[in-house]
Order: sequence, then structure tokens, then C-alpha cells
Amino acid sequence: MSFASERNYLQDRGGAWLIALVTLTIVVVPILNLAVPPESPLHISTYTVSLLGKYLCFALLALAVDLIWGYAGILSLGHGAFFALGGYAMGMYMMRQIGDRGVYGHPELPDFMVFLNWTELPWYWYGFDSFPFALLMVLLAPGVLAFVFGWLAFRSRVTGVYFSIITQALTYAMMLAFFRNDMGFGGNNGLTDFKDILGFSLQSDGTKNALFIGSGIALIAGYLLCRYVVDSKLGRVLISVRDAESRTRFIGYRVEHYKLFVFVLSAMMAGVAGAFYVPQVGIINPGEFAPIVSIEIIIWVAVGGRGFLYGAVIGAILVNYGKTFFTGAFPEIWLFMLGGLFVVSTLFLPRGVVGLFHSLKKSLAEGRLKQEDEQTPMAEEKA
Amino acid sequence: MEGGIHIPTNILYMDGVTVSFDGFKALNALSLVVAPGELRAIIGPNGAGKTTMMDVITGKLRPDTGEVFFRDSIDLTQYDEAEIANLGIGRKFQKPTVIESLRVEENLYLAMAGDRRVFSTLFARQTPQQKQRITEILDLVGLAEKTVDLAGSLSHGQKQWLEIGMLIIQEPELLLVDEPAAGMTDHETELTARLLRDISGERSVVVVEHDMEFIKALDCHVTVLHEGHQLAEGSLARVQEDERVIEVYLGR
Ligand SMILES: Nc1ncnc2c1ncn2[C@@H]1O[C@H](COP(=O)(O)OP(=O)(O)OP(=O)(O)O)[C@@H](O)[C@H]1O
Ligand SMILES: [Mg+2]
Repeated sequence: MSFASERNYLQDRGGAWLIALVTLTIVVVPILNLAVPPESPLHISTYTVSLLGKYLCFALLALAVDLIWGYAGILSLGHGAFFALGGYAMGMYMMRQIGDRGVYGHPELPDFMVFLNWTELPWYWYGFDSFPFALLMVLLAPGVLAFVFGWLAFRSRVTGVYFSIITQALTYAMMLAFFRNDMGFGGNNGLTDFKDILGFSLQSDGTKNALFIGSGIALIAGYLLCRYVVDSKLGRVLISVRDAESRTRFIGYRVEHYKLFVFVLSAMMAGVAGAFYVPQVGIINPGEFAPIVSIEIIIWVAVGGRGFLYGAVIGAILVNYGKTFFTGAFPEIWLFMLGGLFVVSTLFLPRGVVGLFHSLKKSLAEGRLKQEDEQTPMAEEKA
Repeated sequence: MEGGIHIPTNILYMDGVTVSFDGFKALNALSLVVAPGELRAIIGPNGAGKTTMMDVITGKLRPDTGEVFFRDSIDLTQYDEAEIANLGIGRKFQKPTVIESLRVEENLYLAMAGDRRVFSTLFARQTPQQKQRITEILDLVGLAEKTVDLAGSLSHGQKQWLEIGMLIIQEPELLLVDEPAAGMTDHETELTARLLRDISGERSVVVVEHDMEFIKALDCHVTVLHEGHQLAEGSLARVQEDERVIEVYLGR
């Protein structure tokens, strides 16, 4: 069997499993939450539903990062910025939905603006009372930022670690900007105290389950989109850029255009993940722009398996489950564990959990073949 | 391509091209003219500037001074690598560079002449004609058995062949071939020479090689480079009699 056919075979199988599992989860979990009475041991609490929804958003974010890092070799250490921008766009919509139900009861202005003695809505808040407009911004805000930033960086052929460093600088600069009260995004408190989305109360179990299901659907859609891109001819060009960037140019591909395309697509996916995340956790603040947040995403992908789309999903869910568990049980050691995890996965699991699984499976298969060989007299004769 | 309508006088025209690295002149007022359909061999000792010359033509390096024109009027110093490739100049590298984590057939598919724009590539579907063409090239370069193998698993010689296949399927007007025979058997070397001779006529081919048997088999005009400068030009027999050439090759 050749390497190549094996590679595709396994990738498709993993994807099918992933979609089946996510589908199952978004069907079963809401049933166990809504239809099974709380006394039953099978009941899942609403808190858990939102927690799982958060994991699904992180998985989508990891997928976006794997698309550029695993396939095009672009290591972005600033993807938290795109996630946060999508989150802010959704947050602005939900702020406007509050209307006059805020603490100050102003018909139009969010509380923090009243508190700052502002008298009218800044122009960039216009339109966010409309849900379709907000959705558009969920895509456009990260997309435009990625386009401008990527255009400048890729055109000047900034690559490798230099690119990673400037993406860190980007997200850090965004954090400092969003911390400022006069930016008009709520300063260090960010946006919070949301009441409802599309008229449905964010406190209700129904809405929470709907957001959870939506996150799962977004993850599946994101997976299928990435799969399409990766399997297309363009996906081959991306791999070529990753492994032999200069060679790709000499065959006639404008590498900077390809990088820009995939970078913008990835940023938009991160924005969608942020938009599902914010209503489920109920807050968005500049902390999401912190450089460490973006680095954590890279750890998820590295642990799961860079260059396998479903590996990124597995990594995001595993690491975040670990985070939930350990920050509850031993909060002081979590950061050390995270660092340790990164070191271990870089040193011993270059292809992550998924890569480990594949090599185990392969050596098992080879072991079996060997055994069969030994049992066959024909093989002995030949030897 | 409008090649049939307008035949340029020169496919490649280089004059007074100088490239220096920290004061060291890798190319020193180099001039070279290649006619449409011509097959040209370039020889010269190590470090003569042969690869550097190809770097200049393909946009990898900008010359400090000098002119580089493609098809009489296209100033190549104004374009980048990808644009030059799309203008119709293809290159095989001295160190074989294929895309190792893609299959052999995928390497050819990427190199095949066609629309290189992002969205066309995203929605591209391989047509039966394209598949047919890839099969033809695989047969031509003797890699039919390796179709679905990863290019990284090929031997050095096979990578050379794959890269030659990529160059042919790209259908450039001018082919720059840097040391194609390295790592090949005598028989393969002979095949390569024949292949390049067949291609020329319709296209222009510039070949760099050290192997004199190979150059002889090409049976074409030879340019001798030395210290970034053209030392001699003519038939192989004439060049070999040139005293300066003898001195350069023997006096090392
Ligand atoms: N990027 C570079 N920086 C500094 N010096 C360089 C660079 N590239 C090439 N050179 C020098 O320029 C000279 C010409 O190199 P080039 O590779 O063109 O030679 P060549 O004729 O292709 O030799 P060979 O037959 O060994 O391939 C050499 O002395 C080389 O060391
Ligand atoms: Mg050379």
C-alpha cells in the first residue's frame, strides 16, 4: 500500500467519525437536558450544556488555526484577535438588544456609555441593532483585519517566526486598544449583562440548548468547508507552499494570494466561533485579545495533531476538558501543566494524539502481517 | 499563446548583467542571446555563475546592472518569480525540488499549464484530458509505477525525472534546465539528452551540465561561462579547442 492512499483513507474516516459524534452530541445532550427530569442520573445540567457549547466553539477556532498552520504552514499567534472580534460583533448586537432595560434605562445607549456621560451612539455602533448586520460584521470585522494585515505581511514575504511575532504584536495592540474606555467597547469590563438574542432570553434553557446546537452545526459546517478547501487543488497548492514555498512560485502560483485567501478564511471562521462563544459565556472583554490566549490555541492544535483537521478538534476538546477539570481541582498547577503538555507534544508527539494513534495502528497492522508471514510456509521458503 | 503570430527575434536577451554578493561578482557583465526554438548548452567550472544566471532570468535575483529581456520586449527584471513563470519560463533546479508530501501525480497536476488564480484553483476539477496528459508525462519520464507514491519517497534520479516531467507539463516557451543528468545512469542521461533535443525546436531550451558526454549528445551550440562572464561560444568541438577554455578547465 502506498503512503498517499493510506493518508487519504484515514483522513476521510476520521472526518466521518467526527461529524457523526458531533451530530450525536447535539441531538442527545439537549434531550438529556430538557426531556430527562433533573432527579434522573442521566440528566445533564444546563451548566454542562453551555460548557460543552464552549468546547465546540474552541474546536471551531482550533480548526481555523489548523487550516492555516497545518496546511499552509502559517503559524499565527494572534488568532485570538479574530475570535474576539467576532465575539465583540455579536456582543454589540446583544448590547443593543437590551434597549431601555439597562440600569440607567437609556433607550439607546448601553450602560457603559451612559456612565461615561456619552450622549449619542458612536457611528461604528450603528446597524448593530440589526441581527443580519451583526452577522455580517462577525465575518467582516475579522476578515477585513486579516485581509489588510495579511496583505502587508505576505506581500513583503514575512514568513516563519517573524510572521508569528507580528501576529502576537497585533493581538497585543488590539488588547491595549480595547482596554481604553474611549474606544467605545466597554473598556476593561467589555460587553456583558446581555438579556436576549433574537428576542429569546439568554437565561432560558431553550436558548442555551439552541446556542449549543448552533455551535455544533457551525463546527460541522466549518469542518466540511475546511475539508473542501484542503481536498481541492488549492489545498494541494497550500501544501506546496508549506513545504516548498519558493518552488511554488517558480511553477507560477502567486503564493501571497493563496496565503491571503486562506488566512482571511481562517480569520472569518475564528470570528464565527467567537460569535457563538460570547452568548454562551455571557461576556466578552479585552482579555480574549491577550497573547497567551492565542498561544493556547496553538497548544490545542499541537496536542490534537497538526495537519489533521479532526486532530485540531480533538485537541481543543481534550485540552479544554483538562483545563476545566484541573482549574477546578488544582488551579495553581494548570499553567504548568499546559506548558508541560506543549513541551511533551512537541518533543514526543510531533503529530499529536491523532498521529500517535495512526502510528500505533500502523505498527499493529504490520505486526499482524509479520505474524501471518511467519505462519505461511510459502514465506519461509522464499526467505 | 500568440507564439504563432509573432515570432520574436530573440527568446532571451541578456546584456551586461552583473550580480554581486558583498562585492564578489557572481555574474560580471554577462551577455547571452538565445533564439526561438534553440537548444543551448552552458558549461563552466563550479562557481562560474550558471545557477546565478538562472536565478536572474527567473526573478529570484535582481541584477545590479544589465538588461534581461524575454521575447524581445518583456523586461524580466520588472517581474517576480510567479509572474515570470506565467510569462512562459520554466525551470528545473540543480538540487531536485519536488513537493515531497504530495503524490507524484499531484506534483504534475500542480505544474500543468493552466489558470493559476486562487478561485479558479479552488473550484478546479481535473478533466479527463488533464488526467490523460498526466499519464502521458508519467510514461514519458518512466514514473508510471509511482503515480500515487509520495514524491518524497522517490530516489534522487526519480526526483530528477519528476522535475523534468513538471517542467514539460508546464509547457513553457523557454526551459531552463540546471544539471539534469546528476544522479542518473548513463542510459538515463542519454534519454534525457534525446528528450531535451525533441522538446527544442518548438520551445527554447537552455541546459547547464558538467557531463561532457551529455553535452556531446545534445549536439548544439555551447556557451562557456567563467567567473560570471562568457568565455567562449560555438560548437562543442570549436569551444574545446579554444585556448582560454582549455586553460580554465585544465589550469584549475
Ligand atoms: N546567495 C549567495 N550569496 C553569496 N554568494 C553566492 C550566492 N549564490 C551564489 N554565490 C556565489 O556565486 C558564485 C556563482 O555561483 P553559482 O551557483 O551560480 O555557480 P554555478 O556555475 O552554478 O556552479 P556549480 O557548477 O557548482 O553549480 C559562487 O562562487 C557562489 O559561491
Ligand atoms: Mg549551479
